Amino acid sequence: MIRLVLPAHLRTLAHVDGEVTLAVDGPATQRTVLDALEASYPMLRGTIRDYATQRRRPYLRFFACEEDVSHELPDAPLPDAVATGGEPFLVVGAMAGG
Amino acid sequence: MSEVRVLVGTRKGAFVLASDGKREKWDVSGPHFAGWEVYHLKGSPADPSRLYASQSTSWFGQVMQRSNDAGKTWEPVGNKFEYEGVPGTHQWYDGTPHPWEFKRVWHLEPSPTDPDMVYAGVEDAALFQSTDRGDTWHELPGLRGHGSGSSWQPGAGGLCLHTIVLDPTDPKRIFVAISAAGAFRTDDGGTTWRAINRGLKSEGIPDPAAEVGHCVHRIAMHRSRPNVLFMQKHWDVMRTDDAGDSWHEVSGNLPTDFGFTIDVHAHQPDTIYVVPIKSDSEHYPPDGKLRVYRSRSGGTEWEPLTKGLPQRDCYVNVLRDAMAVDSLESCGVYFGTTGGQVYASADAGDSWAPIVRDLPAVLSVEVQTLP
Repeated sequence: MIRLVLPAHLRTLAHVDGEVTLAVDGPATQRTVLDALEASYPMLRGTIRDYATQRRRPYLRFFACEEDVSHELPDAPLPDAVATGGEPFLVVGAMAGG
Repeated sequence: MSEVRVLVGTRKGAFVLASDGKREKWDVSGPHFAGWEVYHLKGSPADPSRLYASQSTSWFGQVMQRSNDAGKTWEPVGNKFEYEGVPGTHQWYDGTPHPWEFKRVWHLEPSPTDPDMVYAGVEDAALFQSTDRGDTWHELPGLRGHGSGSSWQPGAGGLCLHTIVLDPTDPKRIFVAISAAGAFRTDDGGTTWRAINRGLKSEGIPDPAAEVGHCVHRIAMHRSRPNVLFMQKHWDVMRTDDAGDSWHEVSGNLPTDFGFTIDVHAHQPDTIYVVPIKSDSEHYPPDGKLRVYRSRSGGTEWEPLTKGLPQRDCYVNVLRDAMAVDSLESCGVYFGTTGGQVYASADAGDSWAPIVRDLPAVLSVEVQTLP
């Protein structure tokens, strides 16, 4: 199982507390993890990836194993520790005022 | 006894203010969608318990919400707004072509007769419709496909379709307004559109009387007289008596004819309200005095309404969607400010009192009058 941590506003939107656990078919990549997330929580569609481009929203970053993986290709494998559930995949919102 | 619900969208969430017909004591619920910008929320005239809301942030984009119990509970609905066909380009601020990109929903307009039908005006400017309670949305592409679309330019707030006025006597007639393109009308349910900007004059564009390029801020109609529209333009208050075929200025004796909002009395089609704002760069009331101006003659002759409103050191703005009226016998008028106040008048504007003083900046105010 993949462990995924959402920003607070998206946890509220999805009605979840703490981490989300997801079953992913095949290799764990950004695309397969986010596809699985959106399949389980349809209200999150469009909030992490832009509907039209399917690209990460500019105010969000992805982290795994203390590394910024935001600019990795969507189909690049995530670290083994994420794929095996040892470490979470983090969706992090930019810190900004307003 | 009658009840009034005031639906308030703010920079940091939505609020529902409720009172009985006396409009003296108010219950405040919220914030709903705390921390999100709520550009607009509005109830269905056909089912007042059905509310639609637009919430967005720069972080997470657009989310749409629906309530079936007058705002007690909400559920996210469809938020996929996809332009029909190849989106093409409009003009950017500097005049270069810029691809059409969806950013947010500015305005929601539920059908007067079908609680499952609702229109959405979006940025970059387009009109969408849902016929399934907001679950899915489809564009009415004839508007963007109007021959002038590639020359539309954004106003300072973006290229936004912010006003949707449905003709209560003709379901195929819709008026919309876009900053800074102008006003448009369809007479065939949204298939084809025509620009209705004849008579508007906008200094600062190459041809002041061009077909498009006008920064219309809001349009209001009285349901008994759908061919008469009132417009607050970037500068100038305007009126048409022929459904937009031609406009004439009715700014008259206003202290400034810049402003954002405009609305019409529920029972007197020639009684209209505006909130004059000093200028397009200062965005606050003249002389630090918050004054609503009322015309009882359909424009040109205006009187200031000040009782209960701050008359010194007031530097708030009242945005385009932040005024509404109820339909009780003594018409109530409501508006919200960027300072977080929502003012109410139960006597058609003669006197005012704040319902709330300290909300986040108010983006929109809508009213439901319940039997």
